Order: sequence, then structure tokens, then C-alpha cells
Amino acid sequence: MTTTSLLAIEHVRKSFGDNVVLRDVSLTVEPGQCVVLIGASGSGKSTLLRCVNLLETVDDGRILLAGKDITDPRVSADAVRARIGVVFQSYNLFPHLSVIDNITLAPVRVHMVDRADARQRAMAMLERVGLAEKAHARPDDLSGGQQQRVAIARALVNDPQLMLLDEVTSALDPELVGEVLDLLRELKAEGMTMILNTHEMGFARQVADEVCFLHGGYIHEKGPPAQVLGDPQEERTRQFLSRIHSL
Amino acid sequence: MSHLLSGAGRSAGPGEGGAASDAWRPSPIQLERDLYRRARSRRSLAVAALSTLVVLGVLFGAVVTSPGWSRVRETFFSWEKAVSALPAVAAGLWLNIRVMLVCGVLIALLGLTLAVLRTLRGPVAFPLRLLATAYVDLFRGLPLLLVLFLLGFGAPALRLSGLPNSALFWGCAALVLSYAAYVAEVFRAGIESIHPSQRAAARSLGLSYRQTLRHVVLPQAVRRVMPPLMNDLVSLQKDSGLIAVLGVIDAIRAAQIETATDFNFTPYVVAGALFVCLTIPMARLTDWVARRQGFHGAGGVV
Repeated sequence: MTTTSLLAIEHVRKSFGDNVVLRDVSLTVEPGQCVVLIGASGSGKSTLLRCVNLLETVDDGRILLAGKDITDPRVSADAVRARIGVVFQSYNLFPHLSVIDNITLAPVRVHMVDRADARQRAMAMLERVGLAEKAHARPDDLSGGQQQRVAIARALVNDPQLMLLDEVTSALDPELVGEVLDLLRELKAEGMTMILNTHEMGFARQVADEVCFLHGGYIHEKGPPAQVLGDPQEERTRQFLSRIHSL
Repeated sequence: MSHLLSGAGRSAGPGEGGAASDAWRPSPIQLERDLYRRARSRRSLAVAALSTLVVLGVLFGAVVTSPGWSRVRETFFSWEKAVSALPAVAAGLWLNIRVMLVCGVLIALLGLTLAVLRTLRGPVAFPLRLLATAYVDLFRGLPLLLVLFLLGFGAPALRLSGLPNSALFWGCAALVLSYAAYVAEVFRAGIESIHPSQRAAARSLGLSYRQTLRHVVLPQAVRRVMPPLMNDLVSLQKDSGLIAVLGVIDAIRAAQIETATDFNFTPYVVAGALFVCLTIPMARLTDWVARRQGFHGAGGVV
């Protein structure tokens, strides 16, 4: 705690009824770092992200964002969420709004940006994810990959300090995964701080600064991707990776 | 009608939708199939037309030749009586229409408010939830006619200061109170049908509970329950006639007055015909709204 990390997760515990999903998880993320969470489904990767975004309340431990305890109930959850961008596995675009209105909703309503400015920024963001011509389309008329790129634009337009990406390519057809991963690679290159859950081990190896293997409610093993993915020290990690690779 | 035609065009017509560039000609197999389908549909049409004519003819003949027909026609379908009663009944119907429009708006507002109150979470909102739930339970259980009598005859007798004593006002109040309970449940079903991931997405962007409800949940919920709401509006259109029991001169009451002079019931038939003429366009509009919501094409050829 000598230097302030952008995010510090300290001894977090979270259970749903009798099901203890996270037992004691600690993790720090430095600005510009990309941390990849891997683990079997049900290992708590998504729950951990939801805890960071305060969509779940932790049972114990604390989470510090830029040195400030956001798990303190006196902290405004809305204000914290407004500083964190989230992208979901199933995109979760708002189907009743056009693409551009999806993107401008939070700037206009939460960040009190003038509507014209918000539209301008949204267009710039759409340009950047290569979907400017789809600004007035409905989400349902886009492919899965395009929807996910809009979802990323929707999160990015608010200048988040941190991006949480929850299995963002799991619902995509294989030929559409590439366009989303390319976008994430660019983000990483620009210095965006990210935590992401993924089953794309090749991608994890390329972009991750640190890979964490979650198992049984703990971070079982963590380290640089070459070590965790290439030369795992723990038996559990080896088993998990061999199962993934044998697919 | 137009969608029927385009549907038929799709199944039978070659060369649609961007296929113009390639040199596709239907194969002999496809031509033979199209020929067969056309022959079949011609035959079905002929059979349907013939059987409809026969059934209608037999029914008409049976009614007209039945022993009491001349008296029935005189009492229920007298043209002169219909013409003389029409102005009064139509004037009454105008009141029904106004009642329906005003009450419809008030019911939608009250219903939506009740539904939102019932879906609020957290201990702070408990009294509101409880009140809304009790309201819905009460007014869904009470027969509309009873509420009409209770308010229409009971409330004016209290001579409450500041409140109108007119039967029309209290009749409308009874309609609004009763219908709002039903409409609230329709809205609530809509609100609860919106997937939690939509709320999660909105909250993760920093939108507050209220903003999420206002900008993400309600717009989707209201769209989703539009067909059942329109159904309730059609129902309200008819039930606006119930205020006649309070002595308000609407279409039904006007018909009753016309009838009382000579016991010819044609004015009732006129009023009934007018109500049906009003509800049929509403019903078609409801169908159209439902279809526009993406029920089209779901069945394929089945």
C-alpha cells in the first residue's frame, strides 16, 4: 500500500446462500495494466467483476478504487459505477434505443453532457469501433460482433478509469470474435486499465500483464501469462489448462 | 390485407429480393410445385365461397320464414324507429366516447403509478408497496357495478364540499378506480418481464434506480404490454355504457328513453350497432400493434 494502485481487492468474500463463490480473493491492478481472470465456469470470475462494479455487495473484505474504499456503504454506488466501464457477455444493449441513443444515454443522464456534445462524442466513438454507418440502426439489426463493439463504445464514451469485460466473446460466432479482440488489443495499446474474464487463452497470452487462475473461491495461481499459461506451477492450473486445450 | 398479398407473393413468386443479378430460372420441379399450389388455393377458395354462401342463405331463409319473424323485425329492426332514435343515441354515444378517452388517460396514469409502486424494492418503500398491493386486491375484487352504485349514489349524498355531485363525475371515478387495478397488473407484468441484465447494464453505466426505470425498463415494458392494454381499452369502451345505471344519458340510456315511448326495442339495436362499430376499428388497431411488435413471420409456413 505504499503506492496507490488503481484497484485493490482485499480479502473479498462473497456467497449466495450456502454457495460460497469467493472465499478470500486479493488482487491489485495498476494503471494501464490488463489482468485476465481464468477458471472453470462457476469459479467466481463474473462474481468478482460484479463485486468490483458494486452490482453485488461483498460479504467481507474491501475494494479500493484509486485508494478509496468503494465497498463502504456510505459511498454512492452510482458515482462509482459511472467511473467504471462494463461490457457483458450478452451485450445487453437497450433494444428500444438506436445505437447512438444507447451510447449517449449515460453521458446525457449521468454525466450531464450537453446532448449535441454527447452525440458528437458518440459518433467519434462509433467511428473508432468502425460502426459509424450503423448509428441509427436498432441493436437487433446488428450482428453479435457489431453489438458487442457498440457495447464497448457505450462503456468507453464515459472515459472510464477501469474497464471490466465479462466473457465478451463467449456469445459470438467464431468468425466474429476477431473484430472484438482487435478492438480490445487497441484499447490495451492505448493504456486502458482492464480486467477481463475470457476463455480465449491465445488472446490472454497476448494482452495480459497478469493472469489469475480462480479456483475454489481463491486465486490459485497468478503471474505473467507466459508462466501461468505456459508453465503452471499448480496442479489445478495444469488440469484446467489441459482440459481447455483438449477441446 | 397488404401483408397477406406480400406473403402470397413470397411463396409463389420467383425472382424477388436481390436475386435479379443471377440468371436463376425456377426448375421444372419448382414450376410444377407452384402450379399445384395455385390449383389447390383456387380450389380452397371456391369451396370456402360456396359453403359460406350456402350457410348464410340457409340461416337467412330460416330466420325470415320463421313464424315470429315479422314481429321480431318490427320490434327490433324497424327502419323508421331506427332513423328517429339515431340522433339521440348518437348524441349519447359521443358522451361514451368522451368518457372513454378521459378515463383511458387517467386509468393509464394511475395504473402505471400503482405498478411502479408495487415493483419498488427496499424496506423504505414497504408502505408504498403495501398500499398499492392492497388497492389492487380491493378494486380487482369489487364488482364494477357495485363500485358504480357505491360512488354514483353514495358519494353525492355525502355532499362533500369541493367535490362535484354529478353522476357523470362519480361514474367516471368508479371506472377509473376499477380499471386502474387491472391495468396496474398488466403494467407490472410488463415491468417484471424485462430481463435483469437490462437493469444491470443501465446501473453499470451509472444510471440511478429511477433513471433506469424511466429510460430503460418502462419504455420496454410499456411497448411489450401494448396489445393487452389495447384490449382493456376496447373493454373500457363498452363498460363506459355502465354509467347509464346512474342516470347519465349516454348511448344506452338514450336508447332506453327512446324505447320507453312505444316498447319498440330498435334503439337498443342501434346503440349496440354503434358500439360494435366503435370497437371493431380498435380491435384491428390492437392486432396491428401486436403484429408490429414482431409476431410476424414467427410461424413460418406452419
